[in-house]
Amino acid sequence: MQKSLLINVDKCTGCLQCEMACSLDNEGMFNTSKSRIKVFDFHEQGQFVPYTCTQCAEAWCMKACPVDAISVDMATGAKVVSNDRCVGCRVCTIACPFGTINYNQTTGKVIKCDLCGGDPECAKACPTDAITYVDADWTGLDRMRDWAGRSSAGAQAEA
Amino acid sequence: MAWTKKILRVNLSKGTCKSEPLNMDWAQKYLGQRGLATKYFTEEVDPKVDPLAPENKMIMTTGPLTGTCASTAGRYSVVTKGALTGAIACSNSGGFFGNELKNAGWDMIIFEGKSPKPVYLLLEDDNAQLLDAGEYWGKSVWDTEEGIKQKHRDPLIRVASIGIAGEKGVKFACVVNDMHRAAGRSGVGTVMGSKNLKAVALRGTKGIKVKDFAAFSQATAKGKEILAGNAVTGQGLPTYGTQVLMNVINEVGALPTRNHKDVQFEGAHDISAEKMHEKRASDGKANLVRNAACFGCTIACGRISQIERTHYTVAERPKYQGASGGLEYEAAWALGAATGVSDLEALTFCNFVCNEQGFDPISYGATVGAAMELFEIGAITTKETGGLDLTFGNTKALTELTELTGKGEGFGAEVGLGSKRLCEKYGHPDLSMSVKGQEFPAYDSRGIQGMGLTYATSNRGACHLRSYTVASEVLGIPEKTDPLVTDGKAGLVKAFQDATAAFDSAGICLFTSFAWTLEDVAPQIDAACEGGWTADKLLEVGERIWNLERQFNLAAGFTGKDDNLPKRLLKDAAKTGPAKGLVNGLDKMLPEYYQVRGWTTEGVPTNETLSRLGV
Repeated sequence: MQKSLLINVDKCTGCLQCEMACSLDNEGMFNTSKSRIKVFDFHEQGQFVPYTCTQCAEAWCMKACPVDAISVDMATGAKVVSNDRCVGCRVCTIACPFGTINYNQTTGKVIKCDLCGGDPECAKACPTDAITYVDADWTGLDRMRDWAGRSSAGAQAEA
Repeated sequence: MAWTKKILRVNLSKGTCKSEPLNMDWAQKYLGQRGLATKYFTEEVDPKVDPLAPENKMIMTTGPLTGTCASTAGRYSVVTKGALTGAIACSNSGGFFGNELKNAGWDMIIFEGKSPKPVYLLLEDDNAQLLDAGEYWGKSVWDTEEGIKQKHRDPLIRVASIGIAGEKGVKFACVVNDMHRAAGRSGVGTVMGSKNLKAVALRGTKGIKVKDFAAFSQATAKGKEILAGNAVTGQGLPTYGTQVLMNVINEVGALPTRNHKDVQFEGAHDISAEKMHEKRASDGKANLVRNAACFGCTIACGRISQIERTHYTVAERPKYQGASGGLEYEAAWALGAATGVSDLEALTFCNFVCNEQGFDPISYGATVGAAMELFEIGAITTKETGGLDLTFGNTKALTELTELTGKGEGFGAEVGLGSKRLCEKYGHPDLSMSVKGQEFPAYDSRGIQGMGLTYATSNRGACHLRSYTVASEVLGIPEKTDPLVTDGKAGLVKAFQDATAAFDSAGICLFTSFAWTLEDVAPQIDAACEGGWTADKLLEVGERIWNLERQFNLAAGFTGKDDNLPKRLLKDAAKTGPAKGLVNGLDKMLPEYYQVRGWTTEGVPTNETLSRLGV
């Protein structure tokens, strides 16, 4: 069963523990500038928004790649960049509508979220559960439960 | 590792930027940040220097844990000789500037000299440039930060800058980073302004390595677990922020009110955390928008607030209508209880202006409190204040004066002198509620006795962040002591001072110490850094730092006589609350304190103490 990263914006405090965990796993050091997940600070609204690849089923990046460097990890559903194949042409960065695949000047390759092989470090590092890793078919489950709860309370109030 | 082992030396007079290796012998003795930068500073700067002279230096410094995944590890400090105090200054800030400096590959930046014209430092990894800041001079922190990001077309740049307050020589100007996090106290921003240095802009992409990643991950995970499980760091601070204290400290009878004339404020609830959570009648929204974290912080005590759009302070002024940082407890107290003002929206506005123009709300609010008392007794009148009716509790006078002070205009320029100089100027030096020229924070030492000794002996002038015995005397951390007695406080203050100096030198936030002892910190540092770091070693580092700072102050001209409190706290008893009838018993605590410190009866470290610590 595949899982998805689920982001609850209201819970994010903007601490960047996710970016550090991501860079440690992928780069072997703490380096938020090389993180695959980015947290955006919408200062005037008082909102922090983590954003990363949603692993599109028909991924634009994968289709655009001229050297087939991006493939599907069948276990996780992640679209994974092969560093051996990637030539750093960056066509995928143009193709991706969401901007979540990016070029890394240090290596000359592109980087994107690969779900850490099915155990995403960002979700484990998040201190507030703003990022969780849940059943890909039920990313709406918590919200459904909230609304179900309200219906239940409403039904009781009416009874 | 953990240290980058590199420092950047920027000579503003010559316009040069040079890389130097970090002195690793000193790193072993002083750890980083507060301790290590103070060592550099005291080795290089004449203690008698005028704080605003080019010969004074200013160091922006990180700790070894800064930029790592240890909880709260994004801190940096500004170390200099304080413009407000003339004592050693070390102001600590969160936000995201410290980790960026570290990520660019630097442990610290030493600024020396004075630029012939306004400049800012742009530091992108190894590439350091001093650029013309003419277009930003005369602009606020907010406009400068936005302007620099736009000019370089890089939204990821992190900026620390001064506002107009720092340019105009307001004595308690801050260095503000990330719009609303500040190295706030002692006038470190004033020193930056005196050097014609408007801003420091950073981009770091190099990454930070620690000695043993596996051990570090384990040690930091354990640290985070302790924070999450602790009532203060796991619940109180994330939910209510530091403002959780407003009602508590008022109940204890230690909320300094109207320039310390009273110890309880009738308007405390109206400016409290609870009030920030309440929905307003007018728009159905609460003042508090949400809590927020600094870099790496799993506590997230920061307050993000939004002023009621129809409030007179912001109506027709869109730049103040968005969400921004504040109110924290100290600012709410100083702007509110110290002046007798209890309009939460007005105080939030004043806090925004303090951030926007870069000045310390604690010293500012406390100085307004002093000015209001001068006004009350007729020592100043509307003639001096430029027409402002400085009656205690006058909200509109407070908000107007805040804008004037931020720009160093009108009577705001006089408030910008700080309470000591202001009260001396108008013939009532006793009305300045300060020690070594720095105003008290939000705890009255008649109601919390240990804080009297804390303030009197603090190396940077009156300050709660040098030994927060409130933790023990009110909150019972690590163990409860009676706030109304002086017994045992000398040892308590020393223990807090030494431990705090170690926390401040590591790159982490002092608030972790509500849950962590040095036993919890040591494994994190030891996994990151060479040197066999234990709690005992950290405590010794802390004591060494305290004595080094003391030596600098003594050489700068301070003596044991400056380890004192204003007469009001020693002669006028608290009128209400649990401390009713009490004054602060400093005379009972101070001699014992000198003794436990290994200092002479005049407050001078003995040769034996200095050689034991290797100072």
